[in-house]
Amino acid sequence: MTPRASADRAAGPGPGSGHGSGALSAFLRKEARHLLRDRRTLAILLLMPLVQVLLFGFVVRTEVGRIRLAVVEPAPDVATRALRHRLAAAGRFDVVAVLRTDRALPRLFASGRAQQAVVFPAGFADRLAGGEPAPVLIVTDATDPNTGSVMRAHATTVVRRYEQELRARRPATGDPPGRSPGGAAVLAETRMRFNPTLASAHLFVPGLVAFVLTIVSALMASVSLTREKETGTMEVLLVSPLRPWQIVVGKVLPYLALGFANVLTVLLAARVVFGVPVRGSVALLLAECLLFIATSLALGVLIATRTSSQRVALTASLMGLMMPTLMLSGFIFPLESLPAPLRALSAVVPARWFLLVVRGIMLKGVGIGHLWDETLVLAGMTALLLGVSARRLDVRLPGGR
Amino acid sequence: MSAPASAGPRAPVGDAPVVAARGLGVRFGRAAALDGVSFEVRPGELFGVIGPDGAGKTTLFRVLVSLLVPDTGESRVLGLDPVGDLWALRARVGYMPGRFSLYPDLTVEENLRFFAAVFGTTPERGGALIAPVYGQIAAFRDRRAGALSGGMKQKLALSCALVHRPEVLFLDEPTTGVDAVSRREFWDLLGELRGAGLTTMVSTPYMDEAARCDRVALMQGGRLLEVDTPAAVAAGYPLPLIAVRVADPRARVRLLATLRAYPHAHRVVPFGATVHYTDARPGGDAAAIADALAAHLRAAGFAGATAAPTPASVEDRFMALMGPEGA
Amino acid sequence: MTPPAVEARALTRRFGAFTAVDAITFDVAPGEVFGFLGANGAGKTTAMRMLTGLLAPTSGGARVAGFDVARAADQVKRSIGYMSQRFSLYEDLTVRENVGLYGRVYGLRGREIADRLARLLDRLGFAHLAGERVGRLPLGWKQKLALSVALLHEPRVVFLDEPTGGVDPVTRRQFWELIYEAAAGGTTVFVTTHYMDEAEYCDRVSIMVDGRIAALGTPAELTARFDVASMDELFVRLARPGPGAA
Repeated sequence: MTPRASADRAAGPGPGSGHGSGALSAFLRKEARHLLRDRRTLAILLLMPLVQVLLFGFVVRTEVGRIRLAVVEPAPDVATRALRHRLAAAGRFDVVAVLRTDRALPRLFASGRAQQAVVFPAGFADRLAGGEPAPVLIVTDATDPNTGSVMRAHATTVVRRYEQELRARRPATGDPPGRSPGGAAVLAETRMRFNPTLASAHLFVPGLVAFVLTIVSALMASVSLTREKETGTMEVLLVSPLRPWQIVVGKVLPYLALGFANVLTVLLAARVVFGVPVRGSVALLLAECLLFIATSLALGVLIATRTSSQRVALTASLMGLMMPTLMLSGFIFPLESLPAPLRALSAVVPARWFLLVVRGIMLKGVGIGHLWDETLVLAGMTALLLGVSARRLDVRLPGGR
Repeated sequence: MSAPASAGPRAPVGDAPVVAARGLGVRFGRAAALDGVSFEVRPGELFGVIGPDGAGKTTLFRVLVSLLVPDTGESRVLGLDPVGDLWALRARVGYMPGRFSLYPDLTVEENLRFFAAVFGTTPERGGALIAPVYGQIAAFRDRRAGALSGGMKQKLALSCALVHRPEVLFLDEPTTGVDAVSRREFWDLLGELRGAGLTTMVSTPYMDEAARCDRVALMQGGRLLEVDTPAAVAAGYPLPLIAVRVADPRARVRLLATLRAYPHAHRVVPFGATVHYTDARPGGDAAAIADALAAHLRAAGFAGATAAPTPASVEDRFMALMGPEGA
Repeated sequence: MTPPAVEARALTRRFGAFTAVDAITFDVAPGEVFGFLGANGAGKTTAMRMLTGLLAPTSGGARVAGFDVARAADQVKRSIGYMSQRFSLYEDLTVRENVGLYGRVYGLRGREIADRLARLLDRLGFAHLAGERVGRLPLGWKQKLALSVALLHEPRVVFLDEPTGGVDPVTRRQFWELIYEAAAGGTTVFVTTHYMDEAEYCDRVSIMVDGRIAALGTPAELTARFDVASMDELFVRLARPGPGAA
């Protein structure tokens, strides 16, 4: 390096101010290099969402296959046979046994040969013809309550349809409305309207997006910030014209990009492999994703301002973000099934709001008009988190041990 | 080789102290990391802060570069207050903290370019100032910093601290953990930088490095024991000092015991190839004491024992100032 | 003729194409204080790892306390003590707890541990510190304590890896007096250091350069042979790192 004496003198006094775009862009370039060179972490961060989509799709299912059904017909007649045929024809049931009494049922259930049983009373057709209540007992193996409810729903649907058919055939029975020959009060049919096949993919993809973004954004951002502190380079950065906000922005921006890439990967994979649609506006979806990424990043920064240890940052992110996102956001367990205190707690979990947004856009196809509440909550959370972090951003080292 | 003055750092104006501290105090919990620290560093000086781990060197440096606010006292660097004028100050100082403070997964070149950009400049503009340092590692410009040896890492860190042409340099234990050869080379570099007009404050636990500084501050337990030129510090040794040698190195343990039992022994410590014996009688005739000592030793069966007055070193003085209880 | 406490014969270690330790050969007699010097990257750490049974040699061999480091690494570990600058004792545990832990790790029984602890505290003047957390002690005291703990089970050889880095000059010398006492008691001390004055305290030293031993002998012999005034100068003369070492 040859000294260019006159050029140096002409260059004027000393270094530049440091907080122009030059310093920040140099910082971003550096962070990008760190990210790209840590091949292992990068591979995990890019591939993990893909793997999760596939795993969840193929392995975790809440659908049931063909239901093994036992039928108890003490006195077979026209109606019981008709209903039995309906069940067989529904395409969901494999009738594994037709019995005269229910004595064998416990054994069939215990051995797993039957998952469900339909029990007719004696004189079923007679009762129907005479306008009396003709109860049909549907017994379901509810060891797994999720699949149990699904099976019950399937069976009930078939019964209801039959019931409606019968009513349609006898319009002028003079029965008061609301009272059906089938006996039971008419319940509103609960067809799974947006997810008619109760396909799991539709359920979990939005939650998966939230989960992945939480990890990539919050966890990685907080680890990256604390890593700087641990290696000692933070000290050098602090004693420079770089302002703390520039350091934070520089550290965090690459993960915004990465998070966004992950969103695209997940949506694409879900679409291509499982046929999960985006019924609403894609642009709106991506915008809301960016908002949620910002919220997660703000959380990661907040965690990082409170600790200098990568290990603590990692654990705090895992416990404080991932667990609530998994359990309390409605990702896997519906909000309605949470006990009241936990449901209240879920209000502070950003993923919970984000899930409403994403499910709304992807599955229901709603526009921003219906999503203002959730969007504002997320935006408000982001602003609050950033505000708190900004006040804790240290211009200096923490004093005192 | 001396660089042309115009391509070096901007020379400080006049002879106002570049660094000044008055009564600095820092407490961490109940322990005082700094206690009443006062001193000045003059323009163009290579100023050493010499002291063991826990002396407070790092804390002192952090106060001066505006990373830590002192609990008591105040300081000025380049006339600026690190507490109030930190942004103005940070643009003009170079700082190398104690640990390896570079990015191991970036190359030498990338590290340098990054730290230059943070200060709004480029390595090329760093020019002649970093040339002697960078010249020694330029061959490895594409190697990842994490793959360099300890000595090379320190040189890179020094280059990065210099690249924005600071007016004053703060190096916190740059030679710790580095082998003796690399340490020498590093201090040679610092000497060259001093020649170019840079003011530098360096801290180190190695007493022998004190001799390479213009002035030193001896530090222990948060306090300054003495601030002066190395020669003056050493010359301030209060008692006669004798260096004793014996032919058989294995007799060393017995030698120490024998000397300690000698009537006027004040302090007896191993010192490299010799043993340093300090006599308790101030103002005594060192030559005479030495002769008496040698005779005593030969009589005690130490063949070929020699004793001669020896000038004290900074390390001797440090031990004297430390007081009786080590650590 | 007692067998050497440490013997290395053409001890070699390669990492891929890079030879970190290149066929070094030397002996250390029992009770000797042996200084193992070299620049960063010269292969010292790798060599020490092999001698302490932590790393297998690529070729050649070594025996420590009579056990082959490659085939009887476990027995080597049981027969030696180790202490380094970076890690010595557990900061969260008290002095007593650390001694108890290491004592049990090395197979000492409760009574023995108690006795040795008492002697150790007495020798160091730390009786009032037995219940103090090690993390609260100043560095110099920690290192003295760590050395005593490394010697607790009376090993035949103790390996010290830059034990006095950053320690104040007075405590450093007290540390070395502990080393002399151990050596006088028959323990072989194998020490590496960056302080060249400490090199003078050793009975013999070796200087590693680029994986080989460039000098081996007593400080007096070596300074005379190379016509230098001190170990420091000798080191500078010999230990300049080679081109690949940076």
